[in-house]
Amino acid sequence: MAEKVLMKGNEAIAEAAICAGCRHYFGYPITPQTEIAAYMAKKMPKIGGCFLQAESEVAAINMVYGVSATGKRVMTSSSSPGISLKAEGLSYMAGADLPALVVNVQRGGPGLGGIQPSQSDYFQATRGGGHGDYRMIVLAPASVQEMASLTVKGFDLADKYRMTAMILADGTMGQMMEPVSLDFPEPEKVEKPWATNGTDMAREHNIVNSLFLQPDALERTNFERYERYAYIEQHEAMWEEYRMEDAEICVTAFGIASRVAKNAINEARKQGIKVGMIRPITLWPFPVAPFKAAADKVKSFISVELSMGQMIEDIKLATECKKPVYLCNRAGGIIPSPDEVLAAIVKANENGGDL
Amino acid sequence: MAVVFEKPHALTDVPMHYCPGCTHGIIHRLVAEVIDELGIEGRTIGIAPVGCSVMAYDYFNCDMIEAAHGRAPAVATGVKRADPDKHIVFTYQGDGDLASIGMAETVHAAARNENITIIFVNNAIYGMTGGQMAPTSLPGQVTQTSPYGRDVNHCGYPIRVCEMLSELEGATYLERVTVNNVANIRKAKKAIKKAFQNQIDGKGFSLVEVVSTCPTNWGLTPKDALTWLEENMLPYYPLGVYKDKTAEEDAK
Repeated sequence: MAEKVLMKGNEAIAEAAICAGCRHYFGYPITPQTEIAAYMAKKMPKIGGCFLQAESEVAAINMVYGVSATGKRVMTSSSSPGISLKAEGLSYMAGADLPALVVNVQRGGPGLGGIQPSQSDYFQATRGGGHGDYRMIVLAPASVQEMASLTVKGFDLADKYRMTAMILADGTMGQMMEPVSLDFPEPEKVEKPWATNGTDMAREHNIVNSLFLQPDALERTNFERYERYAYIEQHEAMWEEYRMEDAEICVTAFGIASRVAKNAINEARKQGIKVGMIRPITLWPFPVAPFKAAADKVKSFISVELSMGQMIEDIKLATECKKPVYLCNRAGGIIPSPDEVLAAIVKANENGGDL
Repeated sequence: MAVVFEKPHALTDVPMHYCPGCTHGIIHRLVAEVIDELGIEGRTIGIAPVGCSVMAYDYFNCDMIEAAHGRAPAVATGVKRADPDKHIVFTYQGDGDLASIGMAETVHAAARNENITIIFVNNAIYGMTGGQMAPTSLPGQVTQTSPYGRDVNHCGYPIRVCEMLSELEGATYLERVTVNNVANIRKAKKAIKKAFQNQIDGKGFSLVEVVSTCPTNWGLTPKDALTWLEENMLPYYPLGVYKDKTAEEDAK
């Protein structure tokens, strides 16, 4: 059995990225994710990699764009305001079909907001964030172990589908320490015949580009990209179901909110309330199938979020509003307590499912 | 029959879209000739900007990347760091791209002495968008967004990029050239070659500013544009070497 080490979530991401073969990291300091940069700064020079502190978030994501164009694995990390600055680069990477791993350890917003944990970048992450029609694969870890394993998974998915994978964590996941196993298989070599790494005078030149001035050509790239997205929606959704067998109330939460919700569900079960949880692990693609199935069985859904209610829209879409969906939330960097979530569950139970 | 003149291998056969009299064509050719002469096409990656030369990726035969507006030096940094021993990386940027929206990326690439080559085409106007005021538009210059002439009390002074960067410890080689006549074209090629040779030798950040024309948006014939360049741009943007650490090292 693999040895476990005690690590901060942010450090687990950094070490897992190295395990995944990432040797290039570019970033800019911002709380609460700076441990990733600090870890990379220490590690990369010793393993023949490159850590470079960029002059801005904008520069960092464009350095990522450059490395990715040459076909190598590369990542950046930031927190909410920094991700807004990277949005331009994320759009260009989508337009040029470049893979990369981007980490967002979210903090409260909007604006400079605060430095406490939040999930209020859900829309930004799952809808793209930058301009134009595009998606990113969005992975939502709920433990330090998942911070590591979803990082490795993110690199694989990014390469497989030539797109950005984002780890959407929050300040708590980044800062908390848990035992983690870093026993990952050697990364598989992915062929990237499109890479701009020099023709060696042996092939036609490659061009990495997102400019298509002819509308029909640009439209074609969009349709092709969305065919790929449709395939991903069918094949890559990940979720965890918790005590859903006989559930009449379905709590939905991701990341740190799901940990709180689990405690509340266990307490409610002790009180005889039939409640369970669907925890999306991929936020895009959103796991539609389990919600569709649950919508025929449960009385209502409660979305527990560290935001003013963003994922709740995807639950309504996935369930086609067949059952009521309620919000149990805190914002601004505050995590709902298990008692707050329990109160919502109890109330829904007393009202025959209604809050 | 002996071939006495031909297209450089580093240029593709794609017809260029540049306006008649525009100096981009000359500068593209000089870059391509240098790539040929140094035998580096197979390991060279060029970064195209946003602006008139946005489609430079179609004209150079080496691998090419199209960057977001102003971000070419950051993209070039990534490409260079991906494989510093193999990759020869150049950016080709206009004045709006390099000296306005991308100034931070330019300054910091120079400060890091990033081992890349920048070809900076300064024609004192935004060409692609139809002739707006650039960071290098001259005082009093009439453009679409300075219709009464650039008023320095309102929107400040044009930026002399080579002079500004020469203050940075990191920058290795900065030279301003122009392509208004045969003698200057030869000098420009020499500077461009040196900027690439510096990178091959691992000497660091090299930028060649090429003072250029934009007959279309200046509203002048190609010939009159060259005269305007000589009478107005060269006094404000004097030609010459602004920094050359390699010469300083040679002198030691």
